Amino acid sequence: MSSGVIIFGVLALVAVASAAGMLISQNSVYSALFLVVNFSVIAVLYLILGAPFIALAQITVYAGAIVVLFLFVIMMLGTARLPRSGPIRGQRLVAILVGVVFLTEAAVFLVWRSGLTGVISQPAVDFSTPAAIGNALFTTYTLPFEATSLILLAAVVGAIILTHPDQSVSRKDILKPGQKKENRG
Amino acid sequence: MVPISYYLGLSAILFVTGILGVLLRRNALVIFMALELMFNASNLLFVAFSAYYKILTGQIFVFFVMAVAAAEVAVGLALMVAIFRTKHSVDVDQVNVLKG
Repeated sequence: MSSGVIIFGVLALVAVASAAGMLISQNSVYSALFLVVNFSVIAVLYLILGAPFIALAQITVYAGAIVVLFLFVIMMLGTARLPRSGPIRGQRLVAILVGVVFLTEAAVFLVWRSGLTGVISQPAVDFSTPAAIGNALFTTYTLPFEATSLILLAAVVGAIILTHPDQSVSRKDILKPGQKKENRG
Repeated sequence: MVPISYYLGLSAILFVTGILGVLLRRNALVIFMALELMFNASNLLFVAFSAYYKILTGQIFVFFVMAVAAAEVAVGLALMVAIFRTKHSVDVDQVNVLKG
């Protein structure tokens, strides 16, 4: 067994364990922290696969931005723990059954039946440098890149509108500050 | 080096964990986290095949998936906050009527 397989095994074990921890832990703050571990391990796997740009984007975007947003919302709403109430009858059993069936199916068709038995060889040094990815993004994939920026803009505007208080400030309120109603928030 | 089938297996396991998270948990925020886990499982496969076939397109696609996932989380969490304002709960069992 080569050292690469041993390293992969350890990382995969940590990834699966942290994912299971996220699934099991009752406190959603702990779930978010388990998610950070999982994202970091997957970033290391990206580095092993020769994708340094994606690995660091994973750390900044997922572990840095998205999980912090999660933690912020959990702490703002104060819903780290939900009051315990029974799930729908038999839901847990059916969910586990569906999961096992899907996993078996995925294992059969992806691992054994696909015929993909090759080994991932070490990619060339200049295969996926940030320069190469930037070059591809701004030449071949310019249109999707711009579409992504539009999606992000729409998401920002949507998030602001969704969390905006119902009563918007009209021009009259600005002109007469003394008569402003205190019904915001 | 590592065979591609190992990555396929790991990705399948992580994806099923995400599915179980969506099906089993009732906290809407944890359901979102499980969604992110499924995104990550598919991203891992994209990068693995990108390294396997020596084609850069897989990594470009992962970049776009990350951007769209960030947008999705921003809107989704804003929806969570809006729902919490009316329902005072993020339990998905409580969110069974559209009327606010």
